[in-house]
Amino acid sequence: MDNTDKKERQVVFWPGNIVAAEAAIAAGCRFFAGYPITPSSEIAHVMSKRLPEVGGRFIQMEDEIAAMGALIGASLTGEKVLTATSGPGFSLKQENIGFASFIEVPCVIINVMRGGPSTGLPTALGQSDVMQARWGTHGDRPVIAITPSYLDEVYTEIIRAFNLAEILRMPVYILLDEVLGHLSERLEIPDPSEYELLERPRPTVPPEEYKPYDSSFGDVPPMADYFTGYRWHTTGLNHDQTGFPTTDPKICQFEEERMERKVSQNLDKIISYDEFMTEDAEIGIFAFGSTARAAMVAVSDAREKGIKAGLLRAITLWPFPEEPVRKFSKQVKGIVVPEANLGQMIYEVERVIGCNCPVVGVNKVGGVPIYPGEILAKIEELA
Amino acid sequence: MAAPYTKYLRMNRIPHMWCPGCGIGIIVKALTRAFDALEWSPDDLALISGIGCTSRAPGYMNMHTLHTTHGRAISFATGVKFARPNKHVVVISGDGDASAIGGNHLIHACRRNIDMTLVIVNNFIYGMTGGQYSPTTPVGARAATSPWGNIDIPFNIAELAKGAGASYVARGHVGSGVQLERLIRGGLDHKGFSVIEVLSNCHTQYGRRNRLADPIDLIDHIAKSTVNIRKAAKMSDGDMEGKYFVGLIHKDENRREYCKGYEQVIERAQMSK
Ligand SMILES: Cc1ncc(C[n+]2csc(CCOP(=O)(O)OP(=O)(O)O)c2C)c(N)n1
Ligand code: SF4
Repeated sequence: MDNTDKKERQVVFWPGNIVAAEAAIAAGCRFFAGYPITPSSEIAHVMSKRLPEVGGRFIQMEDEIAAMGALIGASLTGEKVLTATSGPGFSLKQENIGFASFIEVPCVIINVMRGGPSTGLPTALGQSDVMQARWGTHGDRPVIAITPSYLDEVYTEIIRAFNLAEILRMPVYILLDEVLGHLSERLEIPDPSEYELLERPRPTVPPEEYKPYDSSFGDVPPMADYFTGYRWHTTGLNHDQTGFPTTDPKICQFEEERMERKVSQNLDKIISYDEFMTEDAEIGIFAFGSTARAAMVAVSDAREKGIKAGLLRAITLWPFPEEPVRKFSKQVKGIVVPEANLGQMIYEVERVIGCNCPVVGVNKVGGVPIYPGEILAKIEELA
Repeated sequence: MAAPYTKYLRMNRIPHMWCPGCGIGIIVKALTRAFDALEWSPDDLALISGIGCTSRAPGYMNMHTLHTTHGRAISFATGVKFARPNKHVVVISGDGDASAIGGNHLIHACRRNIDMTLVIVNNFIYGMTGGQYSPTTPVGARAATSPWGNIDIPFNIAELAKGAGASYVARGHVGSGVQLERLIRGGLDHKGFSVIEVLSNCHTQYGRRNRLADPIDLIDHIAKSTVNIRKAAKMSDGDMEGKYFVGLIHKDENRREYCKGYEQVIERAQMSK
């Protein structure tokens, strides 16, 4: 790319949570509702200061359930909205997240993952909410979860998350972890001219003809902002194109499948991953989030020892990057899956690759990161 | 000619799903008449509910309508109102929806004093789920889950709302539609968080288990157990035993409204930039 006419970027040294908040504002977010929880709270701190400066609104609700409700309410008026939380709060939000998915309201939810179940390890990292992100609320619904590994990626992926939420009319998760939320890194802030901000599809038909789930416009029907003349009904009951409740099995089937298609038919827009030294790799690593940083070091260390290792790093965790992982599994002798939990995404890797190659996990839950040496040891076992 | 308030109804969604004689219909009518009296445009109005028989009302009403999750309507409404402070936001909720599962949101909305109106249909029972006791079921009453008589001491919702900081609190009942409309209108018109508790009849789930299976008998029973607040002031505690006072219970026009408060936040933030 020709760099000469590129605007000069602002260079900052910020912790991840501040990067996340500033990225949301750059993405056009003007509404935040939340409830304090470590290790995510700095996001709320920044939003409470910055949003009123840019004409936006911040509200601290009485709990995470209420925060999720307020978020959906604000999104219905046409705002781009954000909440941030960690494990216990993520659990509390689940019912309303399902509601947001089902009534198809754009919103971005950051979960700065901590260690352990229950209250767990509030000030230490974990990656154990990845399956909850996929299956945490009852019923079927499509899911997008993004797991950046670097702070410049946190910035750009949050902008992408807002765009995906808007164009697909659905919640999008950003899964960070305590390490990413609190470590500071030098990064260049992209100039607004370097990215596009997208908006939800809005109706072009007159209000009398408007149907909030009109699939004649495709799998993502236009969504009217409240108070713009379109008086629509929406409910968490199964509903038809008009938004009113139905129990007709055919319609229920059709509508739930349409919702799933918003993700399954747009994989090329949604799935993002990165490859490091994979071309000639004989031993593979699949990793995501901050753990992928250790995996990258492990690849270099293995190469120094003469083992051809390579890393497939998921940036989009859900929908799972099935094709790239499957292809990788046909090339390598085995895959190492390091994750800061007792083994969650490893199931997904195994499901996708069948018997193509052996898979081994590196699993740690004590709140300390997985070290490159621990991954290297498994690479050496497989080599 | 159709009554003027029918413009607030989605006539094509009727017949409704409520039992014949259910008090919710009287309350919906009072609400639409109050909207009409204030000449509120349906385009500027959002009606939000949780889950329950009461919470089905928005589906029949012609405005922005949002039927949310059980107990959480107030939090959704807070998001709508805070994002668009110059629009009208109304919540309609059952006693279980508002004071059991949604009790935390109720008290915090009162405390926050955000300008919206909450109509609580207190029918003393969980209607939709089959008549289990709720936080307002009287002691001794029978419910699906208190077959030996309820021992759980009920909430006084109106007093709870007042204590938590709501700046307009009223109680009405389905035996007096005219008074009810007036109390609701007062709440809609008030700039702050308004709570109107409405004593209502669920003859199907509450009445049937408590020898009041006929809707008229139950409405009569409710009407007889109410005392106007002015009259109540002159009555002894003993005489008030088992009675509910009705009317305007509390109004405070000086308590700061939340969105107004936030305007100052925006001003301060932008000045210091
Ligand atoms: C989280 C959750 N828990 C329980 C229910 C089941 N449920 C539906 S309505 C209801 C109670 C309704 O009673 P109330 O709020 O008093 O309203 P009414 O039906 O009497 O108008 C319950 C418990 C639910 N829908 N969601
Ligand atoms: S069950 Fe009770 S509250 Fe529900 S519609 Fe019937 S009478 Fe009304």
